[in-house]
Amino acid sequence: MSDMAFCYIVPGDDFTRAGEASADVKSRLKMLGLPTDVIRRVSIAMYEGEINMVIHAGGGEAEVRLDNGAIYMELRDRGPGIQDLSLAMKEGYSTAPENIRSLGFGAGMGLPNMKKYTDRMEIESAPGEGTTVKMWVNCPGI
Amino acid sequence: MALETLLQDPNFTLVSGPSDCSLSRVFCCDLLSVAMSRAPEGGIWITVMNNLNTLAVASLCEVHAVVLAENVIPQEDVIQRAKLEGISLISTPLPIFEAALAAQNCLD
Ligand SMILES: Nc1ncnc2c1ncn2[C@@H]1O[C@H](COP(=O)(O)OP(=O)(O)O)[C@@H](O)[C@H]1O
Ligand SMILES: [Mg+2]
Repeated sequence: MSDMAFCYIVPGDDFTRAGEASADVKSRLKMLGLPTDVIRRVSIAMYEGEINMVIHAGGGEAEVRLDNGAIYMELRDRGPGIQDLSLAMKEGYSTAPENIRSLGFGAGMGLPNMKKYTDRMEIESAPGEGTTVKMWVNCPGI
Repeated sequence: MALETLLQDPNFTLVSGPSDCSLSRVFCCDLLSVAMSRAPEGGIWITVMNNLNTLAVASLCEVHAVVLAENVIPQEDVIQRAKLEGISLISTPLPIFEAALAAQNCLD
């Protein structure tokens, strides 16, 4: 399985489609018969990352690879970037506007959950240039 | 519990989907991030959030039933999405807590 990759364009203007990439990743990992706990953690992290690109960055791209004992997720966008990363990582911190909150988003738990449910997370972000989030969920044997 | 037991209570109306699915646990939340990390597989999720994102999370978490409390009438696109995902969609005039209590009593 070691060189399998899935790529997605995540549209930024369509809330009704948010989560499609995560759902596709989940069903593919299920078909590969990976452990349910691994799939659950990938789904949570991937969904939060996907939603962040939709609500904060006007969309982006996602890539998922089965790579040397881990599921690797990379989410890239050309949005406004994250001004203060340590603040953004705090539980409950959110810049989501009221209309987004009224949909059930904007709890400020996305980034903390991505960190919590993955084995490793790295964020590269520059104001005005965009954000790249890299996450790994270990899965021995792939 | 099977959903059928809960649907015998006149406060709960099946909008779409199977009436006889099994239910593992009761879960209440309106925040999608919390639901995404906590909603129990095979469970029944009670919320007032009437939009497609609720269904997207319900599907990712593989809950079997979504209850819209407080007389929230599901939007047409929500009904269609629930059908597509095979999730039972239920509406009730009860507040979230009372709806959850009724569901929990059926589970016990
Ligand atoms: N891809 C992104 N581009 C720009 N800003 C982001 C991105 N992801 C997260 N952020 C910023 O970090 C904050 C915290 O993110 P998160 O924990 O997911 O909470 P929420 O999405 O509920 O606001 C966001 O409110 C936003 O300001
Ligand atoms: Mg978020």
